[in-house]
Amino acid sequence: MTWFETLRTAGDAVRAHRLRSLLTMLGIVIGISSVVLTVGLGLGAQDKVRDQIDALGSNLLIVSPGSSTGTGGVRGGFGSSSMLTLADAEAIADKAVAPDVARVAPTTSTTTSLAAGTTNWTSRLVGTTTTWEQVRSRTLASGRFFTADELTTGADVVVLGPDTSNELFSFGSPVGQTVTVNGASLTVIGVLEASGATTEDSNEDDLAVVPITTAQRLGGSTSIAIATMYVEATSADTLSAAYQEVNAALLTAHDVTGEEADFSIATQDALLETANSTNRTMTILLAGIAAISLLVGGIGVMNIMLVSVTERIREIGLRKALGATPSAIRRQFLIEASLLGVFGGVIGVSIGVVGTVVLPDLIDQPVSISAPAIAAALLVALGLGVGFGVYPASRAARLTPIDALRSE
Amino acid sequence: MKAHGADARPILDLTGVRKTYSTGAVAVEALRGIDVQINAGEYVAIIGPSGSGKSTLMHILGCLDVPTEGRYELAGRDVSDLDEAELAAIRNREIGFVFQQFNLLADMTALRNVALPLVYAGVPGHERERRARQALERVGLGDRADHRPGELSGGQQQRVAVARALVTEPAMILADEPTGNLDSVSTDDVLGLFAELHEAGRTIVLITHDHEVAEQAERVLTIRDGEISEAVVVP
Repeated sequence: MTWFETLRTAGDAVRAHRLRSLLTMLGIVIGISSVVLTVGLGLGAQDKVRDQIDALGSNLLIVSPGSSTGTGGVRGGFGSSSMLTLADAEAIADKAVAPDVARVAPTTSTTTSLAAGTTNWTSRLVGTTTTWEQVRSRTLASGRFFTADELTTGADVVVLGPDTSNELFSFGSPVGQTVTVNGASLTVIGVLEASGATTEDSNEDDLAVVPITTAQRLGGSTSIAIATMYVEATSADTLSAAYQEVNAALLTAHDVTGEEADFSIATQDALLETANSTNRTMTILLAGIAAISLLVGGIGVMNIMLVSVTERIREIGLRKALGATPSAIRRQFLIEASLLGVFGGVIGVSIGVVGTVVLPDLIDQPVSISAPAIAAALLVALGLGVGFGVYPASRAARLTPIDALRSE
Repeated sequence: MKAHGADARPILDLTGVRKTYSTGAVAVEALRGIDVQINAGEYVAIIGPSGSGKSTLMHILGCLDVPTEGRYELAGRDVSDLDEAELAAIRNREIGFVFQQFNLLADMTALRNVALPLVYAGVPGHERERRARQALERVGLGDRADHRPGELSGGQQQRVAVARALVTEPAMILADEPTGNLDSVSTDDVLGLFAELHEAGRTIVLITHDHEVAEQAERVLTIRDGEISEAVVVP
């Protein structure tokens, strides 16, 4: 008996019991579609995080103030000291100290209320230097960024993020208009292009950028506490060299040893790694649940195939009487189970793919379609059919034709 | 034309065939030394009441089971000691079964039912169809090829089963109570068909408990308590 004939026979049997075949496949359908979806969700979340971290700029080191050891040896948490100063930024920017550093952008960040005419909006006020634009890979949609002169003099100028601009100025160009912050009137000189990156803690498109000197004046403080310092290495290859240089320069500037370091330096890769490890745990957890439902689906296939063997005992007997060898019968039932697995897999993958298209609109989460995951899911579905079909098929093959024919 | 005479040779040769079933401690001897020769072209009825060993004999003749003791030659080949796969091949080539229950597959057309043994014989598709169609025409159902068993009468279904038995050109047609499920009209119809096939030179072994049916054959063997006796041939 040829494989084609066996396939046709098995296909006829699946078609003859349509409802039962569908119900049998249901477990596999649910399992496979949830595997495709969970893997898609996991990958989608990873892509999103990578996009956000890429959007910070390229070849970046992110320097943050670390914990400080106060008097009496009481150690504060991260960020409890504001030990980064403009002097630190200047030290790092010095080519003699750190030759692999291309640019440094120290930033301050406060949440503040902005007003334009009768409209007001609470946003993030970022004080920085002129290098910010390049370091953070931002471009301007209109107007210009502030100049070195304006930085030195602490000019009353502001560059708005696109979202902030839309909130404050619904009509017309905001460039040249006035925004009031803490009683000071700032002139809008530019609007940033949207970056598209939105993290949970900060929307990179909702902010107001001012010279760091202006921010200091608006805040009413005498010293400048730098929240984050963005350091751009000259290239991806020099990133680790730049890391060492920045570390050494800051240790020297603060006159501390490595153990007492009151700052921390993170690379984009490190940030990505941290963010992804959480995602990965979730993905593994969800995929584990999906795998269990696949297992249950496989057992369902075996169950129904066993029922099918019992129910079709006369057919098996007849086929044997007409010359079917035990191996021909085994093949027939094995292929029938595999067909259920494969059909279930194909339907499951289809639902999964439809889900990856529809789901992002419903839950505001990106979902990726992963070709390797789909291929693996189909293989698993086939494997389930074959694996859980072996026992029923050998039961069918072992039936003696007399017993099989005799049964009513 | 009877196939006796010059070309007569035993196509079926049983010598000292015994079959013992052991259920637990009790051993039941279903066949106690059967010696039967049937020649090619003969029409033989085996008759016996239930419990006589009739079914066991039919299973052994049909290569559905092997004897515990003794020798069984079918078409010149000793089949008393073959394994399952070899028995399947013998059943496929040498025996055409006709059952009381017809045993047609309900999901298939008459044509595909008839072609089923050829599938297991490895005959290619177009050749299968040609031969199955020929067999259906032989039993007078050429116009019913695309009907499913459910769309045919009992007599027609049994004719399809006979066509299926013929399609591999087997050494013997083995019919087990072929009229047991049929009304008298259909019974005459099927028995008429057997008579025609016998006229055409087919070897037919018919197993029954019905004397009227057995009388159609040219030779009647009676089985009782696992032993065979030759009955007087009805003129």
